[in-house]
Amino acid sequence: MEEFFQQLTNGLAVGSIYALIALGYTMVYGVLKLINFAHGDLFTIGAYLGMTLLASFALHETIGPFLGLVVLALMVMGLVAVLGAIVERTAYRPLRESPRLSAVVSALGASIFLQNAVMLIYGARFQVYPEGLVPETSVDLFGLYVPVVRILVLFVSLALMAGLYAFIQKTRIGTAIRAAAIDQDAARLMGIDVNRVILLVFLIGPALGGAAGLLVGMQYGQINFTMGWTYGMKAFTAAILGGIGNIPGAMLGGILLGVIEALGSAYISIAWKDAIAFFVLILILIVRPTGLLGERVADKI
Amino acid sequence: MTLLCLTGLTKSFGGLMAVNEVSFDVPEGAVVGLIGPNGAGKTTVFNLITGNHRADRGTVLFEGTDITRWRTHRIVKLGIARTFQTIRLFQNLSVLENVLAGCHCRMRSGPAAAMLRTPGARREEKAALERALAELAFVGLAGQEMQLAKNLSYGSQRLLEIARALATEPKLVILDEPAGGMNEQETAALIGTIGRIRQRGITTLLIEHDMALVMKACERIVVLEYGSRIAEGTPEAVQGDPRVIEAYLGTED
Amino acid sequence: MRNKSLYIYGVIFAALAVAPLFLNPYWVDVLNNVGLYAILGLSLNLIVGHAGLFNLGHAAFFAVGAYTAAILNTQFAIPVLWLLPVCALAAGLFAAVIARPIIHLRGDYLCIVTIGVGEILRIALTNDIFGVTGGPNGIFGISRPTVFGYVIRRPHEFYYLIGAFLMITIFLFHRLENSRFGRAVNYLREDETAAEGSGIDTSHYKLAVFVLGAAWAGMAGDIFAAKMTIIAPESFSFWESVVMFAIVILGGSGSIPGVLLGAVLFVGLPEAFRDFADARMLIFGAAMVVMMIVRTEGILPQRPRLYPLPGPGGAGGKP
Repeated sequence: MEEFFQQLTNGLAVGSIYALIALGYTMVYGVLKLINFAHGDLFTIGAYLGMTLLASFALHETIGPFLGLVVLALMVMGLVAVLGAIVERTAYRPLRESPRLSAVVSALGASIFLQNAVMLIYGARFQVYPEGLVPETSVDLFGLYVPVVRILVLFVSLALMAGLYAFIQKTRIGTAIRAAAIDQDAARLMGIDVNRVILLVFLIGPALGGAAGLLVGMQYGQINFTMGWTYGMKAFTAAILGGIGNIPGAMLGGILLGVIEALGSAYISIAWKDAIAFFVLILILIVRPTGLLGERVADKI
Repeated sequence: MTLLCLTGLTKSFGGLMAVNEVSFDVPEGAVVGLIGPNGAGKTTVFNLITGNHRADRGTVLFEGTDITRWRTHRIVKLGIARTFQTIRLFQNLSVLENVLAGCHCRMRSGPAAAMLRTPGARREEKAALERALAELAFVGLAGQEMQLAKNLSYGSQRLLEIARALATEPKLVILDEPAGGMNEQETAALIGTIGRIRQRGITTLLIEHDMALVMKACERIVVLEYGSRIAEGTPEAVQGDPRVIEAYLGTED
Repeated sequence: MRNKSLYIYGVIFAALAVAPLFLNPYWVDVLNNVGLYAILGLSLNLIVGHAGLFNLGHAAFFAVGAYTAAILNTQFAIPVLWLLPVCALAAGLFAAVIARPIIHLRGDYLCIVTIGVGEILRIALTNDIFGVTGGPNGIFGISRPTVFGYVIRRPHEFYYLIGAFLMITIFLFHRLENSRFGRAVNYLREDETAAEGSGIDTSHYKLAVFVLGAAWAGMAGDIFAAKMTIIAPESFSFWESVVMFAIVILGGSGSIPGVLLGAVLFVGLPEAFRDFADARMLIFGAAMVVMMIVRTEGILPQRPRLYPLPGPGGAGGKP
């Protein structure tokens, strides 16, 4: 039972990271109907930027661990967001009126470019995160010893998701994003600046992805330039699982996937860990072709 | 003789009752009009007949065969072809190939025959080409075969849809607002075309807002309002029906 | 117009026919890889280019063919070229089984599922599924193909084998494109509802084109296994699927010359930039973006089919 709950909390932490990344996929898909394959690599860049900033400024030592991490996270998110917007400008905007598969190839190209840029800058080997960022102790939760970093990851991800959800549901800009996702032309007719919405989505998504990269670096201590592919695919799977374009769906899909994967690799087979997510996806899509929370888009005839 | 027989057709979307217990017959060889105010459920009735939507209740009989749950392509092969209210052509393909799509269901050769280019496949291909050209000439689009469908005028696109439907060698064609977007001359020509379709022995069921066209072309009219049939009869009878005048003609002068 | 391009193709063909005489084995091998990817690209072109189905897991079918050949050849000593139809069948069957429940999915859902199938298969191969795939090391000792008792061993011998297979593929696929089948899958791509409404069994054609493309990739897998004599899961990664996909889209969806050119650019050209070593992939990624922006429809897009039309100067011509 102990083992089960350990895996469960682990799954929740990993799942919340998937969910954070999945939000970027799902928001971009919502407004552009484009799979932003470069998103996974923006996540990687978030992890590397976090490492570099930690090493060069050591903020957690100068202004205290808590404030240091907050400032660090904001810096990483801001930088990755800017990068996301640059990717949109250069690789996607020129292809907005093009056949959709052309945009997909451009996205794949952007992904290859970013991944190799990281490799050229930091090298192909695993990089290690500075130690001692978060106390390496466990907290007693009703008799269950959970590492502090796991709780931190879960807490930060959930807070970011709650923030995003409130922003999307309660603010005017959030409403504009939702409207553009439903019908871009109608939104434009209602006076919504769709270009600004797209830009915004390409700022928010990568910012969350960058934060996820930082969290992964802190939780596992080591990072690699190809990690964006694995995490990206899982997160994209999560977005589809929840029903792509649907923001609560991405959150649900991510957390669900993390938990299933953690339990599956513990109780079924660790060798098949990376296949579990896809098995789950295929099974769910056979039963619910639009994902868990996705709505059926009726073809207007 | 009755070609198409609808009984108690019902369809709702979410809570909205789009079609409610609609029943009517289409006699063989006739031109029947389906009219009614916007949102009366006319196109939904068409979609139920052609298998684009699944009926909640009720049956569609075609020549005595129950086709209610059939998939669209089987219904087409059985002999019902349609056009779409929102023009649905293969925009990036040539006019000719749009019509050849209709010929498809009367052909048989598969990928192996195509790769080997068997005599049978070649003969079939030649026959389909002739048929497609004939249908294009029939609707008046001869000479525009190699144009891309998207480059045709609105009215010509509607004619192309009719040609594609006719190429399936149907017994019944269903035209959804065939005159939509057409100018007066085009509409007049369309009335002629509908007459010539009838001369070929093909039955027609159509939705149209242009009342002049409906009154001229149709010998029977079915009137829908809020998903229910409120009247049926000859153009004269329907025009004189107080319920129709109140529900439909009354609101549109 | 038509004659001029025929002339160009003739010159290219003649140049390629004698090319091995002037190239060292390394470059002949590069051309062999171009040829294999051209075959794979053409098979994927049926699915992605012609039918518009979003398949980013084509390497899976390539893998099924390669492993079928490797297992049957090493276990039962069946000559690899005899296994061509078996590999086609195996890959086709595999495609049919996985495609049946998922083929109706919306475009992007199909995309992730095909990626997933590719990954599941790769992981299954790595985990030595059924104890026959040799795990991460793969299978070695696959025998060389023989044609009429002549063993094909050196790159320039493979060159003509792959070349012949490619020629046959081009010939058959060209005919397929200009047929009822070819049109049907194009209708599907353009507008599924209209295709169904015109009497085309859209689910049947989706499945058929998927299976046909997969079967062809399976045969390419057979040739690949014979050429390498050793195969391992890493040869069938997501990256391979991306390359095949990019060859089709960048070369020109639905266009045979486009796909051929795509294969040259994607497989052949990077070899010319080997000196850049590390930065090669960076340039490659950037080039994909730039090329797509410059030539949105691909370098050589699909051209309209021609039909023998009657009348003065008929707009068509023989297909």
